[in-house]
Amino acid sequence: MLLQYIPILVLSVIALGFAAAVLILTHVISPKVKDPVKLTVYESGLPPQMEARLRYPIRFFVVAMMFILFDVEVIFIYPWAVVYQQFLAYGSFIFWEMLLFIAVLFAGYLYLYKRGAFKWE
Amino acid sequence: MPIAIGTTDLISILPIAIVSLFGVYLLLQSVFAPRMNRILIPYLGILGVGLAVVGNFFLIGMEGTAFEGMVRVDRLTVVLNFLFLITAALSLLITISYHEGEHVEFLEFTPLVLFSTAGMMVMGSAESLMTIFLGLETMSIALYVMAGFRRTNRHSLEAALKYFLLGAFATGFLLYGMALTYGMVGSTNLTQIAQYFTQNALDVPLVALMGLALIIIGFGFKVALVPFHMWTPDVYQGSPLPVTAYMAVGAKAAGFAAILRVISLSAFSIAFQWSEILWVLAVLTMTVGNVVALVQDNIKRMLAYSSIAHAGYILVGVVASNDQTVPSVVFYLIVYLFMNLGAFAVATMVAGQNERRVNIQYYRGLGYTQPLLALAMAVFMFSLAGFPPTAGFIGKFYIFSAALQSGYVWLVILGVINSLISVYYYLNVVVAMYMQQPVDEKKIAPVLPGVGVVILVAVLGIVYLGIFPGTMLSVLR
Repeated sequence: MLLQYIPILVLSVIALGFAAAVLILTHVISPKVKDPVKLTVYESGLPPQMEARLRYPIRFFVVAMMFILFDVEVIFIYPWAVVYQQFLAYGSFIFWEMLLFIAVLFAGYLYLYKRGAFKWE
Repeated sequence: MPIAIGTTDLISILPIAIVSLFGVYLLLQSVFAPRMNRILIPYLGILGVGLAVVGNFFLIGMEGTAFEGMVRVDRLTVVLNFLFLITAALSLLITISYHEGEHVEFLEFTPLVLFSTAGMMVMGSAESLMTIFLGLETMSIALYVMAGFRRTNRHSLEAALKYFLLGAFATGFLLYGMALTYGMVGSTNLTQIAQYFTQNALDVPLVALMGLALIIIGFGFKVALVPFHMWTPDVYQGSPLPVTAYMAVGAKAAGFAAILRVISLSAFSIAFQWSEILWVLAVLTMTVGNVVALVQDNIKRMLAYSSIAHAGYILVGVVASNDQTVPSVVFYLIVYLFMNLGAFAVATMVAGQNERRVNIQYYRGLGYTQPLLALAMAVFMFSLAGFPPTAGFIGKFYIFSAALQSGYVWLVILGVINSLISVYYYLNVVVAMYMQQPVDEKKIAPVLPGVGVVILVAVLGIVYLGIFPGTMLSVLR
């Protein structure tokens, strides 16, 4: 049963071997010119002015985190909105349920606000 | 599909709701209240826990499911709720004293304890894999934050990061296992999963077994079973002492609550296959925990390895999987609550400001400088080692007799050998306290009222359960 796949195995071995051989050969026999200009970051561009790694204020991180938090919470509201009409027939529970959810979220928002998470200083 | 939320549904989550509401309220209180009143937050937290205890009394005698089969209320739920609430209250009491010594703002600490307790109670009353997962995450996320509460301390940060990364990884396993189980069974309801396994008992599909195995890995991480225990010593060492106490007791109890809910329901029918895996896990956990604890000189690390070993003992009760499993495991968890919280309370007192004195050498001569504190610590150590008049002995006795009833003679023999090994490092502390000279002349601060209450409650609990275990056991049966 598996024997009929042998050609595929042989083919993949040949393909991999050929690729590896080409890579190794070019590495071995290619001419190597050690020129300082050649080793710069952009050989034919402007020389780099400073470090690529910048320090930037961590408040971006806080804002990004809060965005993700509230963004994820909004996702919960979509399925709720889809079934809202359908469930309303069984009573107003579905309405108060979401109101409670948003109230808890709002409490979290108030906490963040008072704790100074939105202060851009 | 009509969804009707009746009074029964709301009562069945009454303690959870009270604790959560207090958590939100105190979170706001921590930023809105004037600075002077913020000292009151832990006390208000204890009040909230007390109200939840009162609310829990309404659940007594209820039997059945709520929220369309998401929540189960039975005797186990009620007992576990009490267990988690007492753990939270005692941990908050330790926090009050800790706060006075440590220069860290512990504002959000109380709300986090409350949220985490709510998560544990959700796990304890779960009837669906979804509910278990929800509770587990609520509990864990709060614990990740609490582990890193000493923000200026390197070890605390390491603990938080390690716990978070490994915890998230373990959650992945758990969720994958739940997905596989759901894929095979077609339901997340634990009763229906149990039915499925009973019907297919002779030939359980591999995917379903893999699902349960991955679930075991997820829980095994939370309760620190041995191949998944690597985080425990570092996290226990780095976290602030009240958090360690809370985590060691609460998270472990919640993990075992979930294991009891899943395993004891669905795996009764395939107990044969399960017990072999759990058997090995239990022996490994006991042995590695006890042997490595022998060489620890930091009391927090020692208690961490001891907690791993105790997870092994408790797992012996789960392996038994007969009608003794639930009573013996829950009884052991209650006993474990008292002895571990007590030991950590004493450790908090000895450690002092910034937790400088956590090595066992600082316990030398404690029997003469602080006779009462040392006496309490000795009681906790004897109980952890399982000496007869204490509750630790009764707990181990019921666990092992449950295993014997199912015929696991070798497992019990290995468990007893492990108990003997553990005597060495527990008594090491007692020897240091009573038979060695103090290492430094610096006086340990007098016992603060908060910690004092915890130690008193713990000692009374251990002695009471050790001498009169009958009442508690008849409640659990």
